Amino acid sequence: MSELKEELKAKIIEQLNLEDVAVADIADDDALFGDGLGLDSIDALELIVMLDKDYGIRLSDPKEGRKIFESVQVMADYIQEHRTK
Amino acid sequence: MKKVYINSIASISPQKTFDNTIFLDEIIDYNDTVIFVQDPDYKQYIPPAAARRMAKGIKMGVVASKIAMDEAGIETVDAIITGTGMGCMIDSEKFVSAIIDNNEQYLTPTSFIQSTHNTVAGQIALGMECKAYNFTYVHSAISFEAALLDAKMQLENAEATHILVGGVEELGEHTTKVHRVINHIKPEAVTISEVLNSKTKGAVFSEGTNFFVISNQRRESCYAELVAIETFNTLQKDRVSEAIEAFLKENNLKADDIDVVVFGNNGDVDFDGFYNQLSKGIFSKTQQVFYKHLVGENNTVSAFGVWLASKILKTQSIAEIVKINKINPSKIKTVLCYNQYRGQNHSLVLLKKC
Amino acid sequence: MNKGVAITGMGIISAIGNNVAENYDALINEKKGITRVDHIETIQREEIMVGEIKFTNDELIAQLNLSPENNYSRTAMLGVIAAKEAIADAGINDIKKFKTGIVSGTSVGGMDMTEKYYYQYLTEKEPQKYIESHHAGDSTQKIAEQLGIEESLVTTISTACSSAANAIMLGARLIKSGKLDRVVVGGADCLSKFTINGFKTLMILSDTYNTPFDENRKGLNLGEAAAFLVLESDEVIKAENKKVLAYVKGYGNANDAFHQTASSDNGDGATLAMEKALKVAGIKPSEIDYINAHGTATGNNDLSEGRAILRIFGNEMPEFSSTKAFTGHTLAAAGAIEAVYSVLALQNNVIFPNLNFKTPMKEFSMIPQTELKKKELNTVLSNSFGFGGNCSAVIFSKEA
Repeated sequence: MSELKEELKAKIIEQLNLEDVAVADIADDDALFGDGLGLDSIDALELIVMLDKDYGIRLSDPKEGRKIFESVQVMADYIQEHRTK
Repeated sequence: MKKVYINSIASISPQKTFDNTIFLDEIIDYNDTVIFVQDPDYKQYIPPAAARRMAKGIKMGVVASKIAMDEAGIETVDAIITGTGMGCMIDSEKFVSAIIDNNEQYLTPTSFIQSTHNTVAGQIALGMECKAYNFTYVHSAISFEAALLDAKMQLENAEATHILVGGVEELGEHTTKVHRVINHIKPEAVTISEVLNSKTKGAVFSEGTNFFVISNQRRESCYAELVAIETFNTLQKDRVSEAIEAFLKENNLKADDIDVVVFGNNGDVDFDGFYNQLSKGIFSKTQQVFYKHLVGENNTVSAFGVWLASKILKTQSIAEIVKINKINPSKIKTVLCYNQYRGQNHSLVLLKKC
Repeated sequence: MNKGVAITGMGIISAIGNNVAENYDALINEKKGITRVDHIETIQREEIMVGEIKFTNDELIAQLNLSPENNYSRTAMLGVIAAKEAIADAGINDIKKFKTGIVSGTSVGGMDMTEKYYYQYLTEKEPQKYIESHHAGDSTQKIAEQLGIEESLVTTISTACSSAANAIMLGARLIKSGKLDRVVVGGADCLSKFTINGFKTLMILSDTYNTPFDENRKGLNLGEAAAFLVLESDEVIKAENKKVLAYVKGYGNANDAFHQTASSDNGDGATLAMEKALKVAGIKPSEIDYINAHGTATGNNDLSEGRAILRIFGNEMPEFSSTKAFTGHTLAAAGAIEAVYSVLALQNNVIFPNLNFKTPMKEFSMIPQTELKKKELNTVLSNSFGFGGNCSAVIFSKEA
């Protein structure tokens, strides 16, 4: 589980081009959107593609993403439960 | 009708031009077929959160717009108008190649969003929180002039007071490759002193951006009065002199009244004749200058011509490196810029000392 | 009231017709042009619906009598067809008689060929002719050539989905300032894998018929189209004793300055654009008889636009409808397509239905006009909004 969380943090940083952020800067429960990491709706779409490509989870409604991407912890829990690859 | 002034300038080019306190004091020589800009410290101007999705052209445009706004000493404008012939090539290439390489799967939106031609103008507006008029012209070598004309009409009619106008072009790797294939890029590397006499086809391609604040109020920082702009989708070579004389006549001028003429020669043996006929013809007794040997060729590089003309008018000096001939006028009051690309999309911009 | 700029001709090709008459016929008979995509090979075929013009490129080349060596993008060919109809409709035989320019809007430009031959360009000689057709200005340059416009002002605007509305705006200003006597204004965009996949990544493409202003809207259908209008100065109208179809009465452009792609919740940019257009026209909101809304049927647009319309019109809401259920969202061409429809509405005193609407949105009680309605119309407002926060509104009127 903690491995998956670290993996997610690294992917978020790389995929979203967060140049000034390091894996250690993101706590498991940090909010990813809004006041936390400051991600926005375009980032949510990027993360939806990542879920599909890397974990075989397809979301059809971007609104679902908002809940899943609340924090790295929530994301990891969701992926653990639903991943197909 | 109100008069229109260029109140500030900003240029990011293959020369060190982003610092307005200097004027081609130090020249960077190149020996290449494609040249890139001298980068300012983008981070100084753009917060990392905003910069993370920006390709080179967007960064250049945003920074140049800030330099121009700072020099004009204003916080906001009544319109943002940009020109870009090729648009956001880097993101366009990223998205097209991703479509092909991944067979339309696992595509992400960022490069698509950023590929839109009006991204630079949109990002400037977003950064400035400027809800004003926001246009982007995308017509090859007159993209910048179209933007300038739009701004001038609004200022003359007092529909606006200050307008931010700029041209921006970035280089996409693939686009550069394909333009090599069709000989739009020079076959062999040339130094800046060789460009004009290279006797080969094509140009030295480049990236760059130039922004200006133009207003119907003359501010202390004023560089020039923007008197007239004209563009032509087509113009046969033997019609150019006539067209220029007609344009000057409309502005109550003759060729002899021009103190400096700024030409867009890029060393392409097939098209430099458009300028050479004027050098030997109606402007043979006029101080002629050129700039594409220093900054290369791109669709909105003619904005650098306007930058150069503005600098010349304000400083009343002409760097030796841009002189084609040596007339050395003692006073520089009127400057004309003429540009065309591959025989099409000709433009004339007339400036006066302010 | 301020004086408008005369429209003397128009031309169009869209998914619902190859000329103005066919488009009108489809609009009043509720014939939509939304289908699966046939001319683009895409893995998205079963997941999207589009407003496609059912001519192949070869058929368009034949129609236009182009040589086999031509390097026209599909955008350019559609543009030429619509522009030629507009010129003929305006009764122009000698294009050089008056100072004539052209302003076109496009976002796709020659991307259809670029995406087809992207890697081949490097190795195969034959497709290389299309390299120069990629840039957005190329289609306009070709339309000008086909119309015989030379040594003149020819330019292209690309502000995403408001491009053609902005072309109309610039054209009107060029006439008003005396820079040109006559301007052909409009826009053209063809379907492409680039835009299909681009909008797909934004997850705003509907897998079925688009339903503007409906609570259960699922997104937009992309479309392809071109439309042009001929604007002429009063001097030309007088000298030629021209029949005027309608007037460009007002126009406004503003930036939402909110987000790269999404519109602000309250439609600030849209509100500003409509306010400016009313100001230029010199009329009050209550004088608008019909709104041809942008109405793309995305969750975001219809809410934001609806709120902006409410802010301007409040309790004096005229009938409004989106015609995108007929044509799909034709991107940079949309503003010109809907300008033609607005003029048709004025000419025929008819409001076109907002097809596929069933359930009102929960955020407000605005209900679009869902059936064809006869009504004396004097002024029509047309909205066009695009990425980069670009918001435009144009007002057309029967009287100058």
